[in-house]
Amino acid sequence: MTAVQVWQFFLSGLTTGGTYALIALGFSLVYNATGVINFAQGEFVMLGGMITAAAMAAWGLPLWLAALVAVAITTIVGLVLDRAAIRPARHSSPVVLVIITVGASIFIRGLASIIWGPDERPLPAFSGDTPIVILGATITPQSLWVLGATLVTALIMWAVFEYTIVGKAMRACAINPPAAQLCGIELSRMVSWSFALAAAIGAIAGIVLAPVTMAQYNVGAMLGLKGFCAAILGGLGNGLGSILGGLVLGVLEALGAGLISSQYKDAIAFIVLIAMLLIRPSGILGREGSDD
Amino acid sequence: MSVELAPQSQPNMSDEAALLARRRYMQKLQILALFSFMALLPLVVRNTYYIHVIIFIGLNLILATGLNLLMGYAGQVSLGHAAFFGIGAYTSGILTATYDWNAWLALLAALALTSFVAWLVGRPTLRLKGHHLSMATLGVGIIVAVVLRQWEGMTGGPAGMKTPGISILGFDLNTDLRYYYFVWAWVCLLTVLFANLVESRPGRALRALHDSELAAQILGIDTASFKVRAFVISAAYASIAGSLYAHSSMRFISPTPFAFETSVALLVMVVLGGQGTLWGPVVGAVSITFIQEFLRPWAQYDIVVYGLILMVLMIVMPGGLSRALGRLWEIVSGRVRARRARGRGGAER
Amino acid sequence: MSRPLLQVSGLTKTFGGLEAVSDVAFDVAEGSIKALIGPNGAGKTTIFNLLTSVIPADSGSARFNGHELLRMPTHRIAALGIGRTFQTSLLFDQMTVLENVMVGHHLGGRSSMLTAALGILGARAEERECRALAMRALEQAGLADLAGRPASELPIGQRRLVEVARALASEPKLLLMDEPAAGLNMRETDRMGEIIQRTRDGGVTVLLVEHDMSLVMSISEEILVLDGGRRLAEGPPEQIRHDERVLAAYLGEEAEL
Repeated sequence: MTAVQVWQFFLSGLTTGGTYALIALGFSLVYNATGVINFAQGEFVMLGGMITAAAMAAWGLPLWLAALVAVAITTIVGLVLDRAAIRPARHSSPVVLVIITVGASIFIRGLASIIWGPDERPLPAFSGDTPIVILGATITPQSLWVLGATLVTALIMWAVFEYTIVGKAMRACAINPPAAQLCGIELSRMVSWSFALAAAIGAIAGIVLAPVTMAQYNVGAMLGLKGFCAAILGGLGNGLGSILGGLVLGVLEALGAGLISSQYKDAIAFIVLIAMLLIRPSGILGREGSDD
Repeated sequence: MSVELAPQSQPNMSDEAALLARRRYMQKLQILALFSFMALLPLVVRNTYYIHVIIFIGLNLILATGLNLLMGYAGQVSLGHAAFFGIGAYTSGILTATYDWNAWLALLAALALTSFVAWLVGRPTLRLKGHHLSMATLGVGIIVAVVLRQWEGMTGGPAGMKTPGISILGFDLNTDLRYYYFVWAWVCLLTVLFANLVESRPGRALRALHDSELAAQILGIDTASFKVRAFVISAAYASIAGSLYAHSSMRFISPTPFAFETSVALLVMVVLGGQGTLWGPVVGAVSITFIQEFLRPWAQYDIVVYGLILMVLMIVMPGGLSRALGRLWEIVSGRVRARRARGRGGAER
Repeated sequence: MSRPLLQVSGLTKTFGGLEAVSDVAFDVAEGSIKALIGPNGAGKTTIFNLLTSVIPADSGSARFNGHELLRMPTHRIAALGIGRTFQTSLLFDQMTVLENVMVGHHLGGRSSMLTAALGILGARAEERECRALAMRALEQAGLADLAGRPASELPIGQRRLVEVARALASEPKLLLMDEPAAGLNMRETDRMGEIIQRTRDGGVTVLLVEHDMSLVMSISEEILVLDGGRRLAEGPPEQIRHDERVLAAYLGEEAEL
């Protein structure tokens, strides 16, 4: 095992890690606004990739327009999910909400397989396939797109929460909902915003990832669960933690698959999750004791 | 020690005691009635397919009853219960098929292994406040699913593996009907054990900590330890269901039934039937198994409808079917009473 | 005076820089009724929480019958023979009144999950016995007719009585009672006073936190007055009644001391 190989695994791990980071961000957004773990988060990712691929193939749209359409439609799906399924059950127990979001995820997956069929759909890489060599390891331009999208999204989210009224209101709701309501912040609007943002971020992750892994109706479940691991790893509800958790998880997964066993690649994220729960249950950036 | 709190009033207590005794007696009678019904059912139901479905309802009932102990009584949620089902099935399958173990011995070994895994996961996570057990079991569920698929040398991978049958003292349980009775005898045994358990000192300790952990501890209940025990028992139930599944007349196991989807289906069975009730899992197991079987021929539409059903059921009756029926009954009987009262009022006038 | 059952010394707890309990020391004599009083925020309930390890103490010592209580898990403290009732009556609301009292008898039982499920090794007999004991306790508390009622349906006065009956079912040597008369009317308060005295006569030492001064003065043998987490005064009711520091601390809060 050479250092270059490890470096190579690290780079490819960062790429998938970027996707996990975006999905984790979606989990944290919705969790902060509602306390709900939205197990349909992975389906937003699937929708992003599938709609882009379908829009390009069926309507001949250029990539940028297809991507825009995909983000728009996925955002609407997120809003509908909140209105139709989460809001009527807001006061139910966590188990009931878990079942509802899993039900939603199964439903969306099923619809996707009916509309687009069960086959994989390729999406061309955004800027060619010529690999770039960095310190001896190669990285595809698409990987840079994934990392770039993660970085830009993270920066935009940070700016939204730091500088806009909506962002500040959402933060207030996450910290103290009754007090936020007293200040005239409408909780239900904030929940809608969080679902819309989570869906849009998920779609973006799906679009940039699709050329790497191909789009398929059933990719959402596993991606969603790994994104959930990343969110826990970073500290559920913590935005920076989600990004960090995603990247760390992606790298660990790539290193584990490369150095130990590629067969058990899908299990690695969950082994990391369990290890984390045993060592530091509140996550990398979560506050100790704030975990209930 | 006798501390007399208020000797002045001495109301008739025998009524209350009699009422409680009668309730327990009625419960036993209900269990007896259900199993008599199940014993006679094959006289009417001759179709092999339906016998299969009812065997599967029995297995789901064992799984849901175990999970009900954890959720309805100890107040904890497992998001990976299918893993324990899978560990039970594959341990039984591998030990009997590959290593020629006696099936009963393999069942015990599976039980020990599953309980150990559950203890390993539960002990550290259940000492913390919050939903750590749910997250850890979610992880365990997926790790087990991945291992079942990838450890091809041992499990046969996604293609699955052939398994031998099981016999009692030389009597082969090799027909569907025999297996039907075998599984339902287990269901009967495990239900009675469950009913005994929840109406006992440790069962009350579980319900107590579900209501108020602090008050339970103040009365000397080691809440963390009781939660771990409830979790281990619920995993043990799943393991038995797994072993029974492995030796069923299909003689075949594959990783599919032990995935995340099954863990969720089990949650639905418990919640839908009504957590913390003896009959909840029965209602849940029967309805979910039938829904899944009913949707099977719908090709690719099955999962759309299934997802929709899950959402609608949980939105419409988050407290479960038994509670929803109870409320419906209150509404209906309330109306009837109101109408009668109005009728009487009219007559008086 | 008999030997001290509970000896507390140097008990200290700070919450984020605020000293809730500060270097508090006191004894509770076996077979006595002792009251902890003081204005709101004096640290009375905090002391109960520290003694039962509901929250960890910063420093100090609390010896009960030769055992150090601080840093011992709550359920083990209960096993030593310390019972407690709460300001808000923490009943198990999903259970019946009888079942609540049966849980109180938890420490008296031995059946495990296995023996209970199988109904072997005396588990059935134990269950019958536990039920009978709980029923008798309810009879004695005058609550027998409520045995089958869900605890959630009871009014506050009866909730308190059930909680006391439940705590007594664990056969404690020391009973910590947190405002047993809060929310009770005058008649119920008098009855609670009788119950506390009867409990003591039955051999249980009682340490109570209470705001109702006439109740405290009439039943307790010793009173410890706290103010701002510190010990202000300690002594028999007559002495406390005329203590100037106590009067000053209470001035404007409760005039009828």
